[in-house]
Parts: sequence; C-alpha cells; structure tokens
Amino acid sequence: MSRSMVTLDANEAAAYIAHHVSEVIAIYPITPSSAMGEWADQWSAENKKNIWGTTPLVVEMQSEGGAAGAVHGALQTGSLTTTFTASQGLMLMLPNMYKIAGELTATVFHIAARALAAQALSIFGDHQDVMAARATGWALLCSNSVQEAMDLALIAHAATLKARVPILHFFDGFRTSSEVMKIEQLDEDDMRFMIDDELVRAHRARALSPDNPFMRGAAQNPDVYFQARETVNPFYARMPQIIQDTMNQFAARVGRQYHLFDYVGAPDAERVMVIMGSGGEVAQEAVEFMHARGDKVGVLKVHLYRPFSVEHFMAALPKTAQKIAVLDRTKEPGSAGEPLYQDVVTALMESADGARPMPRVIGGRYGLASKEFTPAMVKGVFDELKKPNPKNHFTIGIHDDVSHTSLPYDPHFSTEDPATTRAIFYGLGADGTVGANKNSIKIIGDETALYAQGYFVYDSKKSGSTTTSHLRFGPKPIHSSYLIRSANFVACHQFNFLERFEMLHVADHGAIFLLNSPFAPDAVWERLPRSVQQTIVEKQLKLYVIDAYKVARETGMGGRINTVMQTCFFAISGVLPRAEAIAAIKHSIEKTYGKRGKVVVEKNFAAVDATLANLYEVQVPTNVTSAFDLRPPVAAGAPAFVQNVTAEIIAGRGDALPVSALPVDGTYPSGTAKWEKRNIALEIPVWDKDICIQCGKCVFVCPHATIRAKVYDPQCLDGAPETFKHVPARWKEFEGLRYTLQVSPEDCTGCTLCVEVCPVKNKSETRLKALNMMPQPPIRARENENWAFFSRLPEMDREKVNLHLVKDSQLLEPLFEFSGACSGCGETPYLRLITQLFGERAYVANATGCSSIYGGNLPTTPWTHNDAGRGPAWSNSLFEDNAEFGLGFRLTLDKRLEFARELLPQFASVVGQELVDGILNAAQDTEAELLKQRGRVQALKEKLEALITQSPNVPIAETARHLCSIADIFVKKTVWIVGGDGWAYDIGYGGLDHVLASGRNVNIIVLDTEVYSNTGGQMSKSTPRGAVAKFAAGGKATAKKDLAMLAISYGSIYVARVAMGASDTQTIRALLEAEAYDGPSLIIAYSHCIAHGYDMAHGLDQQKAAVASGYWPLFRYDPRLAAQDKNPLQLDSKAPTLPLEKYVYNETRYTMLKQSNEAAAEKLLALGKKDVAARWKLYETLAQTNGKDGK
Amino acid sequence: MLDLTTTYLGLALKNPLVPSSSPLMQQVDDIKRLEDAGAAAVALHSLFEEQIARESFALDHYLNYGSESFTEAISYFPQMLGYNRGAEGYLEHIAKVKQAVQIPVIGSLNGFSTGGWIEYAREIQQAGADALELNVYYVAADPAQTSQAIEQMYLDLVREVVKSVTVPVAVKLPHFFTAFANFAQRIAWAGADGLVLFNRFYQPDFDLESLEVVPSLTLSHSNELRLRLQWVAMVYGRVEADLAVTGGVHSAEDVLKCMMAGANVAMMTSVLLERGIPYLGALLESVKAWMNDHEYESIAQMRGSMSYKNVAQPAAFERANYMRVLQAYEPRFDRNP
Repeated sequence: MSRSMVTLDANEAAAYIAHHVSEVIAIYPITPSSAMGEWADQWSAENKKNIWGTTPLVVEMQSEGGAAGAVHGALQTGSLTTTFTASQGLMLMLPNMYKIAGELTATVFHIAARALAAQALSIFGDHQDVMAARATGWALLCSNSVQEAMDLALIAHAATLKARVPILHFFDGFRTSSEVMKIEQLDEDDMRFMIDDELVRAHRARALSPDNPFMRGAAQNPDVYFQARETVNPFYARMPQIIQDTMNQFAARVGRQYHLFDYVGAPDAERVMVIMGSGGEVAQEAVEFMHARGDKVGVLKVHLYRPFSVEHFMAALPKTAQKIAVLDRTKEPGSAGEPLYQDVVTALMESADGARPMPRVIGGRYGLASKEFTPAMVKGVFDELKKPNPKNHFTIGIHDDVSHTSLPYDPHFSTEDPATTRAIFYGLGADGTVGANKNSIKIIGDETALYAQGYFVYDSKKSGSTTTSHLRFGPKPIHSSYLIRSANFVACHQFNFLERFEMLHVADHGAIFLLNSPFAPDAVWERLPRSVQQTIVEKQLKLYVIDAYKVARETGMGGRINTVMQTCFFAISGVLPRAEAIAAIKHSIEKTYGKRGKVVVEKNFAAVDATLANLYEVQVPTNVTSAFDLRPPVAAGAPAFVQNVTAEIIAGRGDALPVSALPVDGTYPSGTAKWEKRNIALEIPVWDKDICIQCGKCVFVCPHATIRAKVYDPQCLDGAPETFKHVPARWKEFEGLRYTLQVSPEDCTGCTLCVEVCPVKNKSETRLKALNMMPQPPIRARENENWAFFSRLPEMDREKVNLHLVKDSQLLEPLFEFSGACSGCGETPYLRLITQLFGERAYVANATGCSSIYGGNLPTTPWTHNDAGRGPAWSNSLFEDNAEFGLGFRLTLDKRLEFARELLPQFASVVGQELVDGILNAAQDTEAELLKQRGRVQALKEKLEALITQSPNVPIAETARHLCSIADIFVKKTVWIVGGDGWAYDIGYGGLDHVLASGRNVNIIVLDTEVYSNTGGQMSKSTPRGAVAKFAAGGKATAKKDLAMLAISYGSIYVARVAMGASDTQTIRALLEAEAYDGPSLIIAYSHCIAHGYDMAHGLDQQKAAVASGYWPLFRYDPRLAAQDKNPLQLDSKAPTLPLEKYVYNETRYTMLKQSNEAAAEKLLALGKKDVAARWKLYETLAQTNGKDGK
Repeated sequence: MLDLTTTYLGLALKNPLVPSSSPLMQQVDDIKRLEDAGAAAVALHSLFEEQIARESFALDHYLNYGSESFTEAISYFPQMLGYNRGAEGYLEHIAKVKQAVQIPVIGSLNGFSTGGWIEYAREIQQAGADALELNVYYVAADPAQTSQAIEQMYLDLVREVVKSVTVPVAVKLPHFFTAFANFAQRIAWAGADGLVLFNRFYQPDFDLESLEVVPSLTLSHSNELRLRLQWVAMVYGRVEADLAVTGGVHSAEDVLKCMMAGANVAMMTSVLLERGIPYLGALLESVKAWMNDHEYESIAQMRGSMSYKNVAQPAAFERANYMRVLQAYEPRFDRNP
C-alpha cells in the first residue's frame, strides 16, 4: 500500500488524527499547542469529515478549565471527544482529568509538553506539565518524533476505546510540536482499520441518556470511597498489554513497530540510557554512532510512561546492562529523584531476583524549557557511567556551579551524517525567511527522495525580531532533534546582523556563506567585520552575495526577500539541479500564493527570474583587512548585572551562563531595556523645531517612549552638542525656559505614529510636518550624542505640570520604555502614560499575554525607575488569575496602611504630634501634596532610625523597626491590574468580576485588541461581529461582549471606555479619574493591533474611525457623580457619523471575510450596524437620564 | 404610435435610455427595477483590473504582515479555502444580471495591463455580456509621455481587445485629446463599434484646514452635457461608430438633445442616484410627451438632426466661445459707426 509522504510538524500530525477520529473537540489556545486547535477548527470550517463521514464540532472555550469541562460533558453524553493543550492549560484541566479517569472514560488529550511557570514563565518544551498530571489516572503515551506523533496519536485513540483508560498523548513542545519533518501520512483506511466501531458504540452505550437513565458523579462517604477507588485496578493492569497489542496491530498494517519501551543499541550493552521524548531520538543517534565504534551502549526509549509496566520495562532492558542513566526532562524540587528515575529504580528493585546483580542507576535532568540536548551530552552521560562512582542526580547541558550537579561533556563531539545537508539561515521576522524555508523543506520533501527536517528559532521580540532556521536534508531518516552546530550552508539575510552577533562559528570548513549585501561583490569585503573576514579566510568559506532588497524592490516584493533568498539557496546549494529547483520553486509559489491572486504569483515569479542575474560569488581575499568588529551587546556604562548577565543573553550566549549567574527567585532589576540598543529602524523622525507647536501628541502616542520632550532652564544647555536643537518653551508658565523634542535613534522602531499624529504642516511644502522620517544610519551617531545630552537634562518638576493637559503630561518622565512590542503597538502608549502619571507609586499586576511578554521576557524589561530609584513594581502571576493577583496587592497595602496607622500614634512623643497628624491627615490628591507627604515620611523614618540607634533595646524600638519597614505606605500607592481581552473577557472574567465587586481600590486597564494577540489571533469574547479570527474563520457570528456595561450594572465601579487615537484628553481624564476614585475602576482601552491586519502607522486614524462610526463610543461612568445626584454616565463622543463599513473595511480581519464569503460578510455587517445603533441608543438614553430620579 | 427604438452596438433597444455604471449596478434587484422602470439596457460598473491587483497585493501583504516573526504567533489569521481574488465576483454578477433581466447587459472593463484587458474582456464575454465597454481611465501625468504615445496606447488596446472578443466593443473616452475628431475616427478604425463620450475623472479638491488633497467625484450636472453634445454632433455621421452620451443627462430635454446631436443612446447615473430609480420611467414619459407635443414620430427621425452634418450653420460648432462673444457685439458697431 502506498501512502503519501508529507512534510509537516507534530502539531499538524496529531491534529490530523484527532480530527479524523473525533466528534466533538473543545479547544483553547496555549503555546505551543495552539496550532492543533487551529488545524482542527480550520478543517471543520472547511467541512472536512471524520472517518464516519461527519464534520467534527469544534468549539472554543473561555479557558482550558472550560475546555476540560466541556470535554467531560461531551464524553459523558457519549461523544468521541478530544482537546489539545500544554503547560498551565493542562494544570487547569487536572480536576476534570481525575473525574474523567475515575469514570473510566475513553478519550485522548494531545499535549505539546511544556515547562511550567515557576521562577518565570517559559513557553518552551519539557515534561513538567505532563509529569504534574501523572497522578490523575491517565495513561501517558509519549511520541518522540513527528512520525510517532501521527502514529501514536492513532494508537492512542484506538487503545483508549479498548482499555477505557484515558490517554495523555504527548510530545515535546517546540522541538517536536513545531519541527517540520517529512513523514509518511496515515490514510483514512488505516484509521478505520485501527478504530473498532463496536467499541465506539460501546462508548456511546455507556453514556448518560434519559432513555436509559442512571446517575454518575455521586458523592461517597468513608464507608465505600476507598473500595470504589480500587475497582479500577484491573483496567490499569490490562492497559499496557492493550497498548502493546494495539501497537502490534498497527505494525501489522503500517509496518512501523512500536513498543512500550523501544530499545536501540548494542544487544549486549553495558551502559544504558532511559529517556523519553525527542531526547530519545538524539540519544538514538548518539548510541548508533557510538555502537558502530564499538561502545557497548544502548538507549531505552519510553513510549508508555503510565501505567508503568515493570514487566515490559524489564523485558526491554538488555540483561547485560550494568549501569543505567535515567534522564528526566522535568524537575521535582525536593524529591528523592525525578519521576522516571524513581520508576526505573522501583522497577529494578521489584524485579530483583538475585539471579543477576542489580545495575547501578543514576538519574539526571536535561533539556528544561527546550534547553538544547545534543549527542555530545548523551556521550557525556555515557562517559559518566563509565566512572566507578558516577554522579547521581546530575544535570547535563548547563554549568551548575552552585550545587555542582552538572556533568562535563565535549561540545565538539558530533554525530552529524556527512551525507546530510545542514543549512542555517539568519533572517528577520519581517523578511519572510522562515516562510521561505518552510517552503524549501516542502519542495525538497515533495520533489526528492531526500528526508527533510526544519526547525525555527525566534527571539522574544515582537518588532525587529531575528529568526534562525535550521534545515537538514539527507538520504537517511533524520533523528537529529537538536539545533545544527556544524553547517555546510550558512545564509545571512540581513547584513547588519554581521556586527550584531556571531554566526559563522557554525560553518564547516569549506561551507557556503550566502550574504544579502547592499554592497557590490567587489566592495563587500571591506564592509565585513574583522572576525567575519577572519573566519571566512580560515575556514575557506565560499562567499556569495546578492542585493536581495534591490531585487525585491524592483520586482514589487517590497521588503520580502524570501523568494529571492530561497532561489539563491537552491541555485548554489546543489540540493536539486538548478532548473528543476527553479521549476519547483515556481510550483510552490503557485500553491502558496495562488489563492491570493495571480498578480501575487507573478511578482514572486519575477523575483525568482531576477535573482540569478544578481547573485555573485565573491573572490575571497587571503588577508583580513577590516578595522572594525562586532559591537558589544550593551554599552560600557551598564550596571554590573546587565554587563555580566543581560549582555550575555543579548549576545546569544545565555546558554553558557552558569547557575550562579542567575537570581534564585526570579527577581530581576528593572530599567534594563535601555541597554539593549536594537537599531531596528531604517528611518527615524527628525524634529523641525521651527514649526513645532509643542503639543506633545507625538510623545503621547509613541509606543516605545523613544521620542521625548523636556522643558528646562537655558543654563542647562552648557556643553550641549552642536546639533542639539532647542527653542523657547511655548508655555506661559514656563517663560524663559527652553524646549527640546528628542528621539533615541537606536531605540526607535520607525513606526511613524508620531509623524502621523503631528498636527502641523509646513506652510510652503505641505508634505512636511514638524516631524519627518529620515534615514537613520547617517544621523545615528549625531542623534545618539544628542539623546545622551538630552537624557542628562533635569526631569520636569511634577508639581509644575497640569496633569490633565496632554501637552503638560508629556513632559513627565516615562517609566516604561523601549519595549520589544510590535512596531506601532496600540497597547504600550497606555502603559507608558500610566507610568508618567503614577509610575513612581504604582504596583502593576500583569496578566500573561502580549503585555507580559514585551513587559517581562528576558533579556530585558521596559519597566524602569527614576533617578530617585522609584518606579513601577511589576509582576506577572498567570493568565487566569490576574485580577485576583492584583487584588492581593491591594489587600497588602490596605492592611499595611491600617497597621501603620495603628503604630504611628505610639510615636507621637518621639516624632512630634504635628508630624503624626500631618501624616495621618494628609491629602494626597495632587503632586504637591504627594511631595509633601514624601517629606513627612522621610522625616518620620529619620526620627525612628535615630530612636533605634540611640535606644536599640528599649521595647518600643522593636515597634519602631516595624513602623520603619512599612512607613512608605503612608505615601499613597496605586494598584494597576493590566491585561488583554483574552484575560479580561474570557479566562480571567470570573476573577475580574469578583475583584470589581470587591469594592477595593484597584485600577484595571484592559488593553483591548479584540483577539488573543500573543498566541496568534484567536477569537475572544471581545472579538467583534463579522471579524475573522482563528476559531472564527467564518467571521465571528455573535456581537462583542459589552464588558463596560456589565461593570456599570454594579453602580459602584468607575468605568471608562477610551481610545487614545480618538481623544487623548479623554484618555488622560479617564486615567486620572479612575486612579482618584477610591474603589474599583475599569478602563477599556481600544488598542490597535498587528492582528487587525493593516498598517499600524494608521492605528490612530483607525481609532478615530472606530469612534466616529459609533463602534467604540467613548464614555466615563463615575459613581461619584451619582452621589451628587448627577448622571454618572458621561458620553464623550458624538453620535455616529461614519458608516460602519468605512471603519471595518480598512482592516484585513474584516475584508478577508468579504473576499472569501461576501454574503456572510454582508449579513454580519448589517447585524454589526444594528449592534452599533442599538448600543448607541442605549448609551444615549442612559446618559440623558437625570441622575437624581433616574428618568 | 411613437417609435422610441434605437440601436446601439448592433443591439436593438426599445428606447435610448441606458443607465450607466454606478452603485446601482451592484445589486441585481436594482437592475431589475431599472428594467421595470423602462431602461433599454444597462452598462454595468467597471471591473477594475488595477483594483483586483491592489486588493491581491494588500491581502498578500497583510496576511504576511507580522507572520513568522514571533514564537507564539506564527500567523495572525486563519487560512481560508480561497479568496475572490480574480474577476469571479464581477463575472458571477454579470451572469446573475443576465438571468434576472431581458434587456441587453453591457459589461465594462478598466484594465491596466495588455494581458489583463484581453483576459478580462474574454471572461466578461463568456459570462454572458451582450457587449463590452472599455473604460479607459488614464490620467496622463507623466511629462515625458507624448500625446502621440498616449493615443497609440489607446489604439493598440482597442485593436487587441476587439481581436480577442466577438461581442461588440464600445470605448469610453475622456475629452482630453488635441484632435478629438481625428482620434475618434482612428479609434473607430481600430475596431471600436461605439464611442461613449465622455468619461468623468475624479477631480481632487483641497482641504484648507488639513492641507490635504481630497479626491472627490461629485454627481454630474446638466450643464456638463454641452461638451458631450458638441462632440457627438461633430462626429455624428463622420466617424463610423455608434455614439453614446454619458455625463450630464438629467432630463427629458437632455435626452432629446443627445438624440438630435446624433447619439444612439443617452446614458445616465447621477440623476438616478439623486431622484431614484422610478425617475427613469418619468423621464421616459416626458420624452414621449415632448415628442407627441412636437409631433415627432420616432427617435430615428430626430437622431442627428442637430449634428454638425445636418444643421444650417455648422460653423456654430467650430467657433470657440471667444468668437461668439465678438459676434454678439457686432451689431452695436454697425449701429454706432
């Protein structure tokens, strides 16, 4: 039987099976498993059928907890049901999983196994999540590769029906879930062969039905619970053999034979490694290599981890094994050993019969959060096993200089097959490199007999992010589940990367180096950094250059050089004959872009055709001539931690940091983003001081806080650089002072929002404004100098500004700067503004999502502090609990203030009654009052400290120490709870509602992008009707939840809906009022987003259109007004004037529905218009009623 | 019994009223109502090749925008099975209109590449259009481009399209030609079955507050008719092509003038947008009433009666306004020597 070969990743492979053998699928996005749900949703949207000829019903839930509940319900009513998740998502499913297993329910959950949030969140792969689920009573079945993910997914679905034990089918997050591999695809007949329809009907027959009523889900007392719990034992006892039988059944048809434990290596191995997951593939490669050289080594790859079959384990383990190393990709602090290790030890102990000596067993950890695991590390472990007393409870792959757990290994040990082409591509996210490489893999996978593998690494930035693609092609199956460390092809798609980080260390001797160069072949050598020249000469690399941007520009490809570079790769790598390769690229272009229109295909064809004429081999000189080299990752003036740790991470050397370099509890200094000069803007705004009206709007909208204004004394200009610009400040109050608007050239992302918002036009040349974009490189050095001088100018005296005015507020120092958010981000200006207004006394609780990633993903954080050392105290707990987490902050502050107020009067005689009264009765509504209070608290602390110093042992000294430690609480603090709509509308809504109802003084800001932005655009309950999103491919059919109105219904909550692009003054007013309100406040902030599908430079115009169309009415609801018998609801925008279509059809999320299903788009637009009209009428009516009598 | 029939592009029409390209053409129901109100044919809105291309590029750009850049969000949109990225929507519309109405349906095309003109012309024909109008909407903004080159471009285009279809082809032209009569003749020789006079261009306005150029297209006025009348009258009977007037036809009188100038049909849009579809019926009734009052028997009878060829003083069409003004003063010189 011939099955097709396909090139895909494990997420797609597992989802492919799951969708074919399920009836109901409940999903919720979480990295790295989101793609499984997305595939399932897409296939159902395309009406793809399962093996019984019906389209599975896919439903997105509000959380993984919700998904598990829905799955449980669907299972109990007899549907074949599945879901997909990872990490914290799996944690939220645990309660239901106990129930599902306890009720002996047949189901499979597919898991892209991922780290858990501990000292920090990590999206990357390990087994912490599945190991935390090992007590639930589920079988744990592990796939080690993409092929296995498809095969074992089917085996799992077949076996669970036989065994009635639910199965967690898992594979390594990212390494396997996102590794693109050429595999054999099972077909529907295979699935029908494996799935027994009698068992499907038996599953249905066990379900709840009023036609056959019974109850399930009882509560049991001490008399019977225990016995009832023991009833399931036979099912677990049978389970391993059922799975093995199912594997045998699969092998009989498909030919691939799996075992619960698969052994590879010397039959008479003395040293054996036990491992599970993609590490098993790596170990296999290393073992085969070592065994071929005579080492008696082997690896036992675990597939079925639970139920752990001692019998099968012992049968699979070579009897000759004398030393065993068990590797766990998880950490269980405080345990006697990690779980797999403990199970292996137990198995050996229980099987000890005295007939053969007990093998020596050591256990260790590897690969946490996708830490690389290589054949060299496998070799290191085997070398350790050779020692008479090998180290137990070791780690491999890190340098542990604290607990000294790490094993040494030789990083140069390599098992790469010389017959395999190994290629690495360094690109920018925006240049299309990854997409092109995915295409290349498919081309090679489809067009040749070669095996192909692709793995893609991204940095953590959302703007200007770098990507690294690792591609292998070869005649033999590829087990190399690790990054390429020796490449015979290296491509650098961005010239400026050469001076940013080292890349040729991975090049083999004689390798090809393809460089996208703006410089001609005869001029490029002198432009290469010295160390790059040196490596090229030493390794005798073959250097090819192309000006890909020129080719792309001339063929209408804009900044997308993907097709050009892909053509170069095929032209010079020799993977395919050149003509064949070009034809294949064109065929692939048609497949990929055909449905976007023939002009798109044609421009890509043109790019292919124009490429070869522009590709040159450079005659490499024998001499190293360059006088410059790689730039240091951070400036010399950075603090020690930044120099020693942050800089290493920035430089890509984080893997080499020893354990001792890292904080023990996840605590990192704030204010580090300023050291990471990313230089990603090709153009930056330049100030025309002569026409600027100093309105501050540019500073107000800047998502990255890279354009700033200061007003200062002219005397401060002493020593100013020659090109430093300044003009008289246009404030009556600041007469005689100077004004400067300055851009940080290396932090600016070039988003142009500041230029777009600038209201001034040059009277003689109207295309010019008071800010105009100009190329960055020629002015970088000059503006850096100006920025440095500007930064040293004194910050504005907070007492002197009117916070309600945009112009004034934008003179205040931002304490959120240079984030890695998308260029032109619609969220970050709100956060920056909050820090300008309240930053030095703010606590920030940040829900997981975009804002926690650009806010807290290493290496740096944009949250910073002022010269006095004060700034936002920021933390991220989880996705679902953020409102409660922030409330916890408030509870501490409230309790602490109460305690401090209780303590303070006891010191009246020491510090003076006047100071006590002053502190206790201080008004703190204005900046001046806050400043005074700070002075009083400072005085109090000094007096208390004097008391403690003078009389350290008097009883009251202890109380003074307490008061001293909490006295800062007397200066008013503010709590901000920050998150996106996925949190506020969906997963965190229950908590949000409770916190709003608590009456406590917290300020909640919802950065509403109307979609799960961080995980790639899945629908939330905030997604508007008619918009396309993942899980809403047909356009969202229902209207957006009116979260504001739900909050207003309490009557005691300050609620505002704002859009900074539509009204900056209303935004400021709402923030100030919310903060001043002594109770819960909710601000829903329109945040334009990359997931809306339009140029974010027009984000502000689009916000205006949202308001003008009535889609996003601006208002404030202030309960304080009701107390004054006024109407608490104030509408801040006018009745709709713009037709809704003029707003929505500027965005791809709406137009793509129009272009794919016009009838549906028209219907949803009509309903959307009704929504707008009805909501406006409701708001208008409410705003017009008299607050006093409610009429 | 009045005979209102006319022919246009070889199509026998029951009267000379033809609604032209406008938003009214986008809804099949509206076209049906136009037929019911008495329209003799419809000229559909244009298929804009450039717009299709731009929308394709935009879709491609924004589906790529931000993708493959960030670990957790490899893309931001679901993949759709397909998009209406070619002319499918327009072609389906033609087919639907053809099913819904009995009157002839004229497809309209605005291309921007030679390949595009030919391909889409064929597709419009295949979709069932009875005739094709080439909407050559070209703003000659390049100082390096000569009038000769532009005229040649038009001629080549007409020749290519006419070769590639079998349905009659009309060409909608702007009036910006130095020697329009000659150019009209050459267009006809290139194979055009009809000329549609004249295209109206967007005329940008300035917003003095924002200092921005604001593109605007206002509805036409009756006074715009005169330019059309003049040129229809000038070429009637002298150029071998049917003639249609478009732009400024607002009243029964306007329709009658078009006919007398020599047009085969009078096309209208603005007045129907302003006054609604039923106005077409009223207009037709007024035409009839006028013809009855003035004892005309047929449209054919009046067609071209006031053309350059047939008027008493053809020089009136040739003189510029300046000359007429001077003439107006002549008697005074006579009286006061």
